[in-house]
Amino acid sequence: MTDETLTATEIADLRCLAGMIVPASAKYNVPGADDDAIFADLLNSIERDTDHVRAALAALRERAGGSFADLDVGRRGEVAAGLRAEGGVPLAVLTRNVLLCYYRDARVLRSLGLEARPPFPGGHVVDQGDWSLLDQVRTRPPFWRAVP
Amino acid sequence: MNDKVDVLIIGSGASGAAVAWSLADTKMRILCLEQGDWMKQSDFPSNGTDYAAQLFRDYATSPNIRRRPSDYPINDDASPIKVVNFNAVGGSTVMYTAHYPRLHPSDFKVRSLDGVADDWPIDYRVLEPFFTENDRMMGTSGLAGDPAYPAHALMMPPLPLGRTGTKIARTMNTLGWHWWPSDTVLATTEYEGRAPCINLGHCTPACAQGAKASTDITYWPNAIRAGVELRTNCRVREITVGADGMANGVVYYDANDVEQFQAAEVVIVACNGVGTPRLLLNSVSGKFPNGLANSSGLVGKNLMFHPWTQIYGYVDEPMDGHRGPPLCIWSQEFYETDPSRDFVRGFNLQFNRGMPVATEAVNTEAAGLVPWGDGHHDAFRALVGHRLTVGVCSEDLPEEHNRVTLDPVLKDRHGIPAPKIEYTIGDNTNRMLDFAVARARDIMQAAGARHVDVVRPLPLSGWHLLGTARMGNDPERSVVNGWGRSHDVKNLFIVDGSVFVTGGGVNPTSTIQAVALYIADQIKQRLATLFD
Repeated sequence: MTDETLTATEIADLRCLAGMIVPASAKYNVPGADDDAIFADLLNSIERDTDHVRAALAALRERAGGSFADLDVGRRGEVAAGLRAEGGVPLAVLTRNVLLCYYRDARVLRSLGLEARPPFPGGHVVDQGDWSLLDQVRTRPPFWRAVP
Repeated sequence: MNDKVDVLIIGSGASGAAVAWSLADTKMRILCLEQGDWMKQSDFPSNGTDYAAQLFRDYATSPNIRRRPSDYPINDDASPIKVVNFNAVGGSTVMYTAHYPRLHPSDFKVRSLDGVADDWPIDYRVLEPFFTENDRMMGTSGLAGDPAYPAHALMMPPLPLGRTGTKIARTMNTLGWHWWPSDTVLATTEYEGRAPCINLGHCTPACAQGAKASTDITYWPNAIRAGVELRTNCRVREITVGADGMANGVVYYDANDVEQFQAAEVVIVACNGVGTPRLLLNSVSGKFPNGLANSSGLVGKNLMFHPWTQIYGYVDEPMDGHRGPPLCIWSQEFYETDPSRDFVRGFNLQFNRGMPVATEAVNTEAAGLVPWGDGHHDAFRALVGHRLTVGVCSEDLPEEHNRVTLDPVLKDRHGIPAPKIEYTIGDNTNRMLDFAVARARDIMQAAGARHVDVVRPLPLSGWHLLGTARMGNDPERSVVNGWGRSHDVKNLFIVDGSVFVTGGGVNPTSTIQAVALYIADQIKQRLATLFD
């Protein structure tokens, strides 16, 4: 049975790492992934990925020699870079969760010029495109292989 | 509740639904047992802002990730291609992308034409009326006149080309290579009660609009109106046989997990190329100690997947991105055998639009295209909505070592042994993929794409589960005859992709359903002598 509750230390490390993966940007007027709302969404979303996230955080802590969040900024960067270079499934799952939550935040989507809504029921508009391009293909004789 | 039925169908997906509908006009008592439940469009991912994340959760394509109560685990550790499916009314048609090409005429005669594998006992001409009937039931959209195919009508206009299709089309014209709007079963107009596609952009994990033809909204309402009973949340453990060696029913677990016996005159298996051999191999008895219908030893063998390879890149101009169905256009330029190449048979190229923004973020980060930290935003914004993707659907030839067996340890929640997959990509297919990747790179280069990369094979691409109970005229070389009846058990039929002798190089659902309708038609024509 997976214990889906991260410890306070794990949560602090995860938040710190999330903010390093996607930092806030004044240029685009977007929060980082350590933003209160985004991070709360992340904690609520880990669910069945808790074991992988916990494993990635354990690897992070091992590299940090203790609490990752308590390191100074420069050392955090070194440790995070080392972890990313090492890769592995647990880190991929952690990063995936961070990005999936980040890129559904309404502020982030609006900054990308997108509507902050589910696809249904509004849907999207797709142009017909240039069907005249098919004229070239229409002139081609059938080329499927005939069977005796 | 469990009075004997005339026909018992196991599985309500692409083939089971088609067979149920077709046989309904016989007025026989027909029952279908389905291990999953009815799905609700209001529950589908596109209803929520977390729709991209659902692909990793309740709507994951892999049952090993999804782990719904209706799912069974699959040990696919020994395969580079992982099985993907869905278990519900409608089966995997609930979670497919609705690409709907037919096999080509040459696909049924590969031994005669190319000296490899085996010919089918039936051919395109035999199936043609059933393709047509199935097209009408499922509702095809596309454009008639594709020179890569024999002429066939489509029920609705094609999906829009959009920016992505226009870009690819222009590129393919530059190269002088074939392209054509894909045949799909996405409704582009209102069709038989289905609403038209509104470009949710997220077709595979179920269509909230109901524009995608899954058999729960196409065949099943018609079959049920015609008197077929569909019993959900019922997982069949084994097919039982009587002293006469004929199938006499099944043992299953009902919605309350209570073991039940259902007697039947005829049993039809429609559980897909993994579920069907699993069920047959689990159906052991004194008369059939190696599994039911397995005197040839071929149940579970010759598994074919269509090893899927993806080539992608990014162009400067904006593409359709997350808007619009992934399906767009295809190319059959390299489908037929060309003696100048170092492989036989061929592949279909499928050009897709983009993907949800969040999924693009995950993919670009994983590919190393988007860094962590300060450079993240600039890098991602330069890529999102600019993707071109080419999918290679390659033909893999039947090889007996590619197989489904029973895992000695892994079981589902009812204690039924789970399937184990052993699969390697064959030499011919690897040479084919070398060639295909090179051509896809040509396309990317001609399109001016940057950051071109290849995923070979795409791991979670085992949608097409074929060949594990092949049809044929020789009982020593096949499991069922040319009209789907088991050589060993004369009231047992198989109607799903298991019966494919070879797989072709296109998505198989259209052909699976045409074969199922053909077998149903044969059953109806032979009712008086069905067991002779």
